[in-house]
Amino acid sequence: MEMNVTRRQFLKLSGAVAATLAIVELGFDDKSAKAKSGEFKIATLKPTPTICPYCSVGCGILVYANENDVVYTEGDPDHPINEGTLCSKGTTVRQVYTSEKRITKPMYRAPGSSKWEEVDWDFAFEKVVKNIKETRDKSFIHQEGGVTVNRTDAIAYLGGAALDNEECHLNHKLFRAGLGLSYIEHQARI
Amino acid sequence: MTNHWNDLQYADALMVIGANPAENHPISFRWISKAIEKGGKLISVDPRYTRTSQMANMYAQLRSGTDIAFIGGMINYALENNQYHNEYVANYTNASWIVEDSYSFEDGMFSGYDEKTRTYDKKKWAFKADAEGNTLKDPTLQHPNCVFQLMKKHYSRYDADTVCGVTGTDKKMYIEICKTFGATGQTGKAGTILYAMGGTQHTVGTQNIRAYAILQLILGNIGIAGGGVNALRGESNVQGSTDFGLLYHNVPGYMDVPTTAEGDLTYEGFLTRITPKAGYKINHPKFFTSMLKSFYGDNATKDNEFGYHYMPKIQAGKNYSFMRIFDAMYRKEIEGMILYGSNPVVGGPNSFKEQAAMGNLKWMVAIDLFETETSTFWQREAGADPASIQTEVIFLPACGSFEKEGTVTNSGRWMQYRWQAIKPKGESRADLEITHMLARRLQELYKNESSPAAKQMQALYWNYGEHDHPDIDLVSRDINGYDWKTKKQVKSFGDLKDDGSTTAGCWIYTGFYPENDNLSKRRDNKDTGMSNFLNWSFAWPANRRVLYNRASADLNGKAWSKERVGIEWDGLKGQWVGNDVPDFVKDKGPQDPTFADPFIMQVGGKGYLFSSGLNEGPFPEHYEPYENPMSNSFSSVQFNPAVQFGEKEMNAKGESDKYPIVATTYRLSEHWQSGVMTRNVPWLAELVNNMFIEISEELAKEKGIKEKDKVVVSTARGEIEAYAMITKRFKPYKLKDKTVHHIGMPWHFGYKGIATGATANRLTPHIGDANSTIPEYKAFLCDVRRA
Repeated sequence: MEMNVTRRQFLKLSGAVAATLAIVELGFDDKSAKAKSGEFKIATLKPTPTICPYCSVGCGILVYANENDVVYTEGDPDHPINEGTLCSKGTTVRQVYTSEKRITKPMYRAPGSSKWEEVDWDFAFEKVVKNIKETRDKSFIHQEGGVTVNRTDAIAYLGGAALDNEECHLNHKLFRAGLGLSYIEHQARI
Repeated sequence: MTNHWNDLQYADALMVIGANPAENHPISFRWISKAIEKGGKLISVDPRYTRTSQMANMYAQLRSGTDIAFIGGMINYALENNQYHNEYVANYTNASWIVEDSYSFEDGMFSGYDEKTRTYDKKKWAFKADAEGNTLKDPTLQHPNCVFQLMKKHYSRYDADTVCGVTGTDKKMYIEICKTFGATGQTGKAGTILYAMGGTQHTVGTQNIRAYAILQLILGNIGIAGGGVNALRGESNVQGSTDFGLLYHNVPGYMDVPTTAEGDLTYEGFLTRITPKAGYKINHPKFFTSMLKSFYGDNATKDNEFGYHYMPKIQAGKNYSFMRIFDAMYRKEIEGMILYGSNPVVGGPNSFKEQAAMGNLKWMVAIDLFETETSTFWQREAGADPASIQTEVIFLPACGSFEKEGTVTNSGRWMQYRWQAIKPKGESRADLEITHMLARRLQELYKNESSPAAKQMQALYWNYGEHDHPDIDLVSRDINGYDWKTKKQVKSFGDLKDDGSTTAGCWIYTGFYPENDNLSKRRDNKDTGMSNFLNWSFAWPANRRVLYNRASADLNGKAWSKERVGIEWDGLKGQWVGNDVPDFVKDKGPQDPTFADPFIMQVGGKGYLFSSGLNEGPFPEHYEPYENPMSNSFSSVQFNPAVQFGEKEMNAKGESDKYPIVATTYRLSEHWQSGVMTRNVPWLAELVNNMFIEISEELAKEKGIKEKDKVVVSTARGEIEAYAMITKRFKPYKLKDKTVHHIGMPWHFGYKGIATGATANRLTPHIGDANSTIPEYKAFLCDVRRA
């Protein structure tokens, strides 16, 4: 579902009458807000609903972004858990995007090297799949004591608690069902 | 969570033990506050006086690692003072079941122990059955070998004096807490237990949680609004990532992985092993076969056991968990490591050793938003000599949560959609896309090969579009499952089949995408009753908001409390109705002999006060942490007899003569986990920008430490430097025969990012729980001195 709609349309689309009322009651009537504030940076932007990436309370956040930047974020007033409020981490979620520390290009560190080199995705992918295949082919156990086991114990996989469900599903599918890894673990263990 | 966040407001008493929601789940506190406004009593049990303690009606100081003593005493108090919910205990739990005579407990040990393997023969803890296999019961709960009497006997040893001598809790306060929380055993009252890693990160972590569950069962607090055993999970989707089987021992939907055990040789044998004889899990063959169909598509047929043998089989009995990965890496058994948003150099136990083990890797792939301490473990900043580390490292930049779309599952099991607000920053990509591209490239590489390794990869059914950008809608449909022939979405997991005609990537989620609507996208925030918001997003399983909700009604199907209606039996309609999706067969009425069996997942339909599921015994028993300051007051068995030890070299142990102070770790509002995201967010980095330890005024005085002094904390694993924060939040513990100091520290810091500081996990031990192998981060011994 493409969220290419204005805030007003979005609320209509969501079919949430109560939600719309809540916005009006809180003084978020977008018609009058728009009339009053031509200078508001977010006035012409569509809000996109998201869920906070930090703890597991699952608070709703509205993200106001244009093509190139996240302009503003706020607690989602329609969300039944946080009802518009956010904590220190949820409030600053915009900076996860704007932080200058973000890595925006693949990087490569050669064996023994003391530095990263920026590389392109093709180079990076080629290295990754080559490593996976070489190690896997070398270590793959087809049978063990007469039992077909189809696994490798030479590659470890870690991660998942910050991924989306769809990503967890594909990761599980690729790394266990497709590549046969036995060492599959993530933050839930620790 | 058995319940969910909004539900907390319905509690008469809330016991927060091993958690600190005011600081670590701040918004959840809105609902805790609401409960307090309505007269609910908040009880905070914690080694440190936290901001949750500050908001609480009662606070109990508890030495880290003594939860079972604390809760065991509460169970004892409730049984001795008739606070327990008699009708619930007699009918909804296995209190009346009679245990075999081979069960015994003496001086800290249950029957059936094998010292050599540090394991128990759990058959010794079986239930007694008649010739037909029916469990023998005594509904009067008087039989000396019935669960109720055995439980009573076991916890009679947990008197308040012994308990407080171990936990260091003030006895008057302890009794007050027992009374207050035990009062929720009255019909119509509700008490909830909230816990987090303070409960789990111990060598007895799983039994800690079981102790909470036993207390809640005897008070009749499971299945009702404002009740439950509620894990406050730490990451936005650690619920989902666990549901989807990203752990070595299970596949999506909490089913076992295939092993080399003899029974697993055939698919049929494997299914026999993982399918109990009764309870809802008898449907495992339908769920597992549908999952195999999702994995292998046309390559999963009846003739090849639905592709069962493509699945890797792990070595039976071998532990492949997190710490064991680093043990194996240390032994040079592992060549490559792939990390998706993971930073063990900060987050792993005894992390300096884990970091050193990484030097044995041939290659590492790190996928993250920011540089992590792990992806840069070879740098000089990390204390390494780059020239001597031959690991090839590839860093793939991932995008943030609102630069892509997908769902996350919160602690209350709500699967909520996140729409994309902006395209990924720079050249970063969604993890979904990265995995998809890896899979496509690997399948291409293996295309023309015929080795067994190639065949496994070729068999994989990867149907998410013929482009590098995967179609997420196809992934969603794959998770839900569909009819293989018609490709029509399956409506519920009840429709799944074991003949290969249906698929389901993760059966517990089946039903979130029936036909054409992805229900995780729902945004109708009208309260449908008891704040369950049934039309907001989707909750697994089956959009059910409170698990075991059959237990919210009495034996006749009437709600225990008119103020807390979960579901009720409507005789006229002939079905269960109410404020939630029934956790029960919808039209199962009073004439059915299993009408009063609310725990449908369990064999026998009852809540298990006595269970042979865990490795160290059917009842939680107190043992001291791996590193501890005193001898065990409850028996001569000092340490959990079922804990397995890992690589010795990774696991130095400290003794109390050299390291007399108890230490624990915790989190802060301003930072998150290993700090990768928050220490790179300028405002958060500014809010808390240094590593510190909290120490009591008394300890500071003893050690000549002043506020903001640089101090060194040392353990058997290593030393770190941090600032001292002198506080009244920690007090010396008056234990049975001595006074012990206790300190605490956050574990968010490392050497990368805007805010940097020493890593607490350089101090923590590399030892884990006897069931889950979660590391014992929360209780270890240290010493402190001025730098």
